[in-house]
Amino acid sequence: MSFEPKIVGFLCNWCSYAGADLAGTSRIQYPANVRVIRVMCSARIDPTFVLKALRDGADGVLICGCHPGDCHYTEGNYKALRRYELLKQTLCAFGIEEARVRLEWVSASEGQVFAEVVTDMTEKIRALGPSRFRVEQENASQPVHQEVTK
Amino acid sequence: MSPEKLQIALYWGAACGGCDVAVLDTNEFILDVAAAADIRLWPIAVDGKYKDVEKMQDGELDAAFYNGAVRNSENEHIARLLRQKSKILVAFGSCSHMGGIPGLANFTSKDKILDTAYLNNPSIEPGNKTVPVPETKIGDDETLDIPEFYDQVYKLDDVVDVDYYLPGCPPAPHQVKAVLLAVVKGELPPKGSVVGAADFAVCEDCKREKKEKKVTRFYRPWEIIQDPTQCLMDQGILCLGPATRSGCGVRCPDTGQGCRGCYGPLPGVVDHGAKSLSAVASIVDGKTPEEIRGILKGIPDFAAIAYRFGAPASLMKRNEKQ
Repeated sequence: MSFEPKIVGFLCNWCSYAGADLAGTSRIQYPANVRVIRVMCSARIDPTFVLKALRDGADGVLICGCHPGDCHYTEGNYKALRRYELLKQTLCAFGIEEARVRLEWVSASEGQVFAEVVTDMTEKIRALGPSRFRVEQENASQPVHQEVTK
Repeated sequence: MSPEKLQIALYWGAACGGCDVAVLDTNEFILDVAAAADIRLWPIAVDGKYKDVEKMQDGELDAAFYNGAVRNSENEHIARLLRQKSKILVAFGSCSHMGGIPGLANFTSKDKILDTAYLNNPSIEPGNKTVPVPETKIGDDETLDIPEFYDQVYKLDDVVDVDYYLPGCPPAPHQVKAVLLAVVKGELPPKGSVVGAADFAVCEDCKREKKEKKVTRFYRPWEIIQDPTQCLMDQGILCLGPATRSGCGVRCPDTGQGCRGCYGPLPGVVDHGAKSLSAVASIVDGKTPEEIRGILKGIPDFAAIAYRFGAPASLMKRNEKQ
């Protein structure tokens, strides 16, 4: 079976979720690989959510928020951006490819942008292949580290 | 050995010995422990051999305190042995709780570690090709064996069931004393609890004055003359206090060093490093990626700081690409 990337998308309520909704109501075609979770603000996305999604088998995580200056809560998207910059370093230290986690600004009027981001990300992750955690889960019948078994 | 006394064991896995010193730092209290309990195994201070432990009945020990991570086959063997022989097994210190400093090895690989330690390092005799291996043949029918060095570091509960966790690198002596007393008196909380620590963050115990945080530059503690009354983070000195469990007595911030996070995550937190990341990143005073990256350059190797004591306990566990 060919590899279909699973992408978890965290979308802010005020801009990006509305943007994704617009993509839908405008009948713009984009890959069905993204599973969208609506959050009130991109600043609500605890780095733990991203790590947990990857650990549980997501091949990629997409974070979308309002454009800089447009945050419904004034500064939330800047906090998301700061965390994203530091998270990228941390994921690199753990050997996770940079393309697996992506931050994009998508406004409520940018349905087309959302569709393009999802299409591009899906193809990039398809090229990377499944994440190591997904591979681990699929091989769960064989212990990953044979010397230590609980 | 007397039947009415408590039977206890202390052991070090992949550890530095600091946890054992923390037990000795309880000073004369250790004599009370010795009066109330028979110490059946404690490699650093008491004579007692593995084979004596192997001969014990299952559950013969009342409590075993395991410090250090599980790094090689000997660590794992003794962890399993103590679990079998002891009614209570306590993960003692950061290494057994979360992987600790040895756990930083999960950012690299076994081959790279052996290469640096034995082959390519300025302090090694040029041309050395000797690397430890589990079994070495000497003569025709004799082999010498040493414990097998694992590919990665494990925390204690990756290997065996653990009853209590006593965090700290090392645990503060007053907490060690409190926990030893609780064991002696049999006054222990439900299984799986973190003992000898608080349920709130280090900041709550820290006396420094905290204000609105906006960091335009991170400083190493020696790069700045600090104001001892003000929050370290307000002054740009990295501190993991906001994300770390208290109970240590604020030892590091009180001496002008940022909290290193050795007491581990707060209750309910899944990944200590991710929470530290969240706290640190949000106070960076930048609005563009370039500005933010410029400020973050002041933190060398953030992952190793955020997971200094807990890479094996993190969601990502290790870097498998190395």
